[in-house]
Amino acid sequence: MPNDAIEARNISKIFGQGEAAVRALDNVSVSISQGEFFTLLGPSGCGKTTLLRMIAGFESPTSGQILLDGADVTELPPNKRPVNTVFQSYALFPHLTVAQNVAFGLQMLGKPRAEVAETTDRMLALVKLDQMAGRKTSQLSGGQQQRVALARALAPAPRVLLLDEPLSALDLKLRKEMQIELKRLQHETGITFIFVTHDQEEALTMSDRIAVMSAGKIQQIGAPRDIYTRPVNRFVAGFIGETNFLAAEAANGRVTLKGGGPTDATVESGRSGAVTVAIRPEQVRIGAPGEGSLPATLRDLVYFGTDTHCYLTLADGSEVVVRLQSPASGDVGLEPGAEVGLSFAPGAAQVLGD
Amino acid sequence: MANRAFSVSRLPGFTVTALAVFAILYLPILTLVAYSFNASQSVAVWGGLTLDWYGKAWANDHVKDATLRSLTIAVSASLISTTVATLAALGTTRRKPFKGQTFIYVMINQPLMVPEIVTAVALLIFFASIKIATGYQGLGYLILAHSAFCVPFAYLPIRARLEGMDFSLETAAADLYASPWQTFRHVTLPLLGPGIIAGSMLAFVISLDDVVITEFVKSGGQDTLPTYMLGQMRRQLTPEINAVSSMLLALTVALLTAFFLLTRKKTN
Repeated sequence: MPNDAIEARNISKIFGQGEAAVRALDNVSVSISQGEFFTLLGPSGCGKTTLLRMIAGFESPTSGQILLDGADVTELPPNKRPVNTVFQSYALFPHLTVAQNVAFGLQMLGKPRAEVAETTDRMLALVKLDQMAGRKTSQLSGGQQQRVALARALAPAPRVLLLDEPLSALDLKLRKEMQIELKRLQHETGITFIFVTHDQEEALTMSDRIAVMSAGKIQQIGAPRDIYTRPVNRFVAGFIGETNFLAAEAANGRVTLKGGGPTDATVESGRSGAVTVAIRPEQVRIGAPGEGSLPATLRDLVYFGTDTHCYLTLADGSEVVVRLQSPASGDVGLEPGAEVGLSFAPGAAQVLGD
Repeated sequence: MANRAFSVSRLPGFTVTALAVFAILYLPILTLVAYSFNASQSVAVWGGLTLDWYGKAWANDHVKDATLRSLTIAVSASLISTTVATLAALGTTRRKPFKGQTFIYVMINQPLMVPEIVTAVALLIFFASIKIATGYQGLGYLILAHSAFCVPFAYLPIRARLEGMDFSLETAAADLYASPWQTFRHVTLPLLGPGIIAGSMLAFVISLDDVVITEFVKSGGQDTLPTYMLGQMRRQLTPEINAVSSMLLALTVALLTAFFLLTRKKTN
């Protein structure tokens, strides 16, 4: 594929030796297209930052290759790769001014003085910090430092911009603003962004595609909608959003829930035996008990404003969470202790892989 | 105040103890400085104020000669030891942790652990054989000896500064196309500056003040200010020594104050 900006081929990374050896990445392959906003999502220790550092050149893989625009860059040191990083700690140079920080990469590339000045001004304007050019970075707020780090990394016009949990140090309001800001910057510059985060909401709202990682492996790659509505396994379903897992039986391509009740979920005809069905809390309907519904007992109700969360228990003791949109009165008309019947929105129930 | 947290200052005898400690620390020095202005010839009897002893010391060619030698040695030793210490500090902090790291720290800080008199005797014997072999009798021996024992004093503040420096700054520089040398030149060195200056000042003061090793290593006519003073004390005690001591004290206090300001400013 000629459009791939970055490709990782069969990357493995083992830290340490002998018994203390840790497999941080296990045969990971991924292709990221030119101009894409690609997110590596996973819990800490899943290998997402190691993969990012490998693309930047700060780590070398134990085996495998990194390709940039089709050329093998696995052995190139970081200063020879047209890739720039926005660090989690920002790593701004404390002895330089805002403008000198932004100009650093261009100067190291040996660009002419006039071009350095012109690009620096343009970058500072892009992140709306033109008024702060002469300040020391320690005089800036966290959000402003974040913008300097972005401008500094974008100034040399890298082929790929790597962002290592750049928003994690900001408070909630600023984080939301910066999410929008990052999307805008990506549109304006057209640069490929690879974004590392453990925040699933951040990943869902910002990305073109997401790779969900766990234990050194990529569990699933797809658009946010696909990942949320069609998780391939229990890990992805549980990590992204909230999910109910229901025990079920598969036979002849049809799926029957253990507790009874209908599902329209299907499996490949070859698969049979015990399977797990995943259903999102907002896709469950609560009705009167009876034929064709899954019997449950309402244990508790919690009012969340837009939603009301219902906690229910099935006959076998397993728990189910349901989110109902709160009606105008705020009262969903249910009382704890009520015997109810559950049904699922069409197409919402998913049979998970092993 | 409602603050009932534990405070040492509320223990009985705190004030008395504190005053006693400061008295023991500073009374002898204050006495020395006071008697440097004593008009009486005797060190023990007060005979009124005078600046004569400062004038005498200033006019004394031996004092001038020894001071000049002390400064030559201290400047050279602080330059050499700071250069070595900077390289050692980079070598021990700017790399992955390695086996035997603590052992290397101990090796570098050897002069802090080996008794000075032992080093002095060892150097005396070692240099004597070189002197016989080469015939060289100059100041080089003293400069080398001072450089060696000044290394840990320069090394410790520089290493502390490097350890306090975010490693990701150098990573960021490399990410922004700086070669290893450019990273050192444009990021590491400017940030390390205050640590290097502080280390060199400490080394300078330590060298200026040394008696034991200098006494053993020096050849004839190579008295430094401290060894000259020691020699004078053996013969006759005049307040001139007090005046020289007071001047040395003033210089040291000035340098250590500068050291303190330099190391403090950058930490907050």
